[in-house]
Order: sequence, then C-alpha cells, then structure tokens
Amino acid sequence: MNIVETMRQEGLRGDLPDFNIGDTVSVGVRITEGGKTRIQNFVGAVIAEQGTGLERTITVRKISGGVGVERIFPVESPNLEGITVTKKGRIRRAKLYYLRGRTGRKARIREARR
Amino acid sequence: MIGLIGKKLGMTRRFQEDGRSVPVTVIEAGPCVVTQVKNERSDGYFAVQLGFGAKKPKNTPLPMQGHFRKVGSGPLRTVVEFRLDADAGYKPGDTVGVAVLAEVATVDVTGTTKGRGFAGNIKRHGHRRGPAGHGTKNVRMSGSIGMHTEPGRVLPGKAMAGHMGNKRETKRNLKVIAVDPERNLILVRGSVPGHKNGIVFIRPSR
Repeated sequence: MNIVETMRQEGLRGDLPDFNIGDTVSVGVRITEGGKTRIQNFVGAVIAEQGTGLERTITVRKISGGVGVERIFPVESPNLEGITVTKKGRIRRAKLYYLRGRTGRKARIREARR
Repeated sequence: MIGLIGKKLGMTRRFQEDGRSVPVTVIEAGPCVVTQVKNERSDGYFAVQLGFGAKKPKNTPLPMQGHFRKVGSGPLRTVVEFRLDADAGYKPGDTVGVAVLAEVATVDVTGTTKGRGFAGNIKRHGHRRGPAGHGTKNVRMSGSIGMHTEPGRVLPGKAMAGHMGNKRETKRNLKVIAVDPERNLILVRGSVPGHKNGIVFIRPSR
C-alpha cells in the first residue's frame, strides 16, 4: 500500500459505531465558547459520505424550523465527541441528494427491516 | 544550511491537538548521498552535492558512473548542489536523511509545476471572462492588449495566452508539521509544486 494511503489510516479514533448512508445519527460536536467547552448534538440523516481514513467526512441533513440544514463533519476530528445511530435507513443509493428537493412525507427515509 | 532532495508522495490531513485540521503534503525526503563536497579552496565557495534515487547503470553515462563510483554509491537519478555558508563537515559518501530537517520550523520547497500546455489568459493569468450570452463571442477571449497608433505596439510583458506550468517554482515558508526519520518522511503544511512522484528540493527557509 502506498505511504500516503497508510498515513490516512493511521491514528483513527476507532470509537465510532458502524453506520451507513440513510441512517439517522446524532453527532456530538465540541464547541468552545469563551474558554468553556460544551457539546452540541446535531441530529439528522447521513446523506453522503466522502473520503477514507482521516479524510472521511459525512454530510448530515436535518430540517430545522422548516428549513433544511446540512453540515459536513470530518468524522475523525477530535472535535467530534461521538456519533450515535438512532435509526437505520433503507436506501438504494450512495448519495441522497434527491432529498434536497423534497419536503414532508416525501423527504422521509424508510426504516430498515431488521 | 543543507537541504534535501525528495519525492512528493501526495496530500492528506492531520488533526492538531485543538482539533483543527491541517492539510499536509507528504514528501519522501532522502536518504541522499553526498556525491561531492566543494570548499573555498577547491571551487571558491562552500557547497555539497547530493544525489537521490537509484537508477540503472546502463542508463547512466560513463563519466557519471565514475563520479558515483568515487563515493561508493550506485548511480543516482537526481544530483543537486546545495550552497553552504561554511564547511559543515560533510564528506563524500555520507548519507543525509530527513533528520537534518527535524529542528527546522519552516522550509522552502522547489519543484517543477504541473504542465498545463498552451493555456488561455483566463487560466494562465486569472483574467475574468466575458459575458456568455446575448450574442457575445468573447467568452474566454483576452480583452484589449494595448492602445492605438501611440505607442503602436504591444507593451513588453503583456499577459497573454501561452505555455503554462512545467517550470521550476519555489513555495516558501511552509511549516514543517512532522518529520519521520524511520520512513524518511517530512510533512509540510499546504501544497507543493508538481505532480505526485515529482522531484522536489527542500531547504530550510532563510
């Protein structure tokens, strides 16, 4: 394996749960405000995943006050407190960008059958 | 101070302790062989000549083969001279590794930029493009290139289309993020001229 690829896999946090595109997750973000650190949770659906190893990021989308909000998280960042999966989604593609044009019932992701 | 010859391997990211992400370029630097030492008496100035990267004897001219045989190394692909302020005690045949850059805060990295061929003035000089609609035809054309009868010529140095890239360029004051002597790696902040596997020269910043 080439060295850069090896370095991408070095020092990964390893404490993250398995999750997939379409899952509903809660991402804990450490926020420092005036010397104080608190944790803010961002709850939404994972609609895309990019990169591998240290460069891996996920795009999480939620509807907040009727407005769609998307945030991109570098998954391996030490600023992330953790990720918890609340719902498994059943989806048929890797990028759920089609959700952006939809609202209400149409914007739902079916839940995975156990 | 002495520099090093290296190979650009690619880019990735590093997280700092405060959680910030730093883009880094991974360079395989050295080990380089000292192929010649120049001093005030022999050449009028101080310098070391370093070699890096093996190549086959059959691809090496005989005079160069002799040059490498003298210092007891196989033929090397890249040979470059690094100027020194004074005699630093290097001897022909010594190997120099990334460890020499371990204490350095910032480096200058020289490489050959990616060739972009014959490029227009928008890509090459960052000019703005013209309007794309309403029947205009100057979407990516250069604008006016000068005045009228007076001066009646194009001023020297006018930014126009032409060959871009594939030329030597130096990026200065790049922060050294990490040095790994075991794998001969140096990580510098940000990008570095050239494509992957391109040869770069790394020098401590002045």
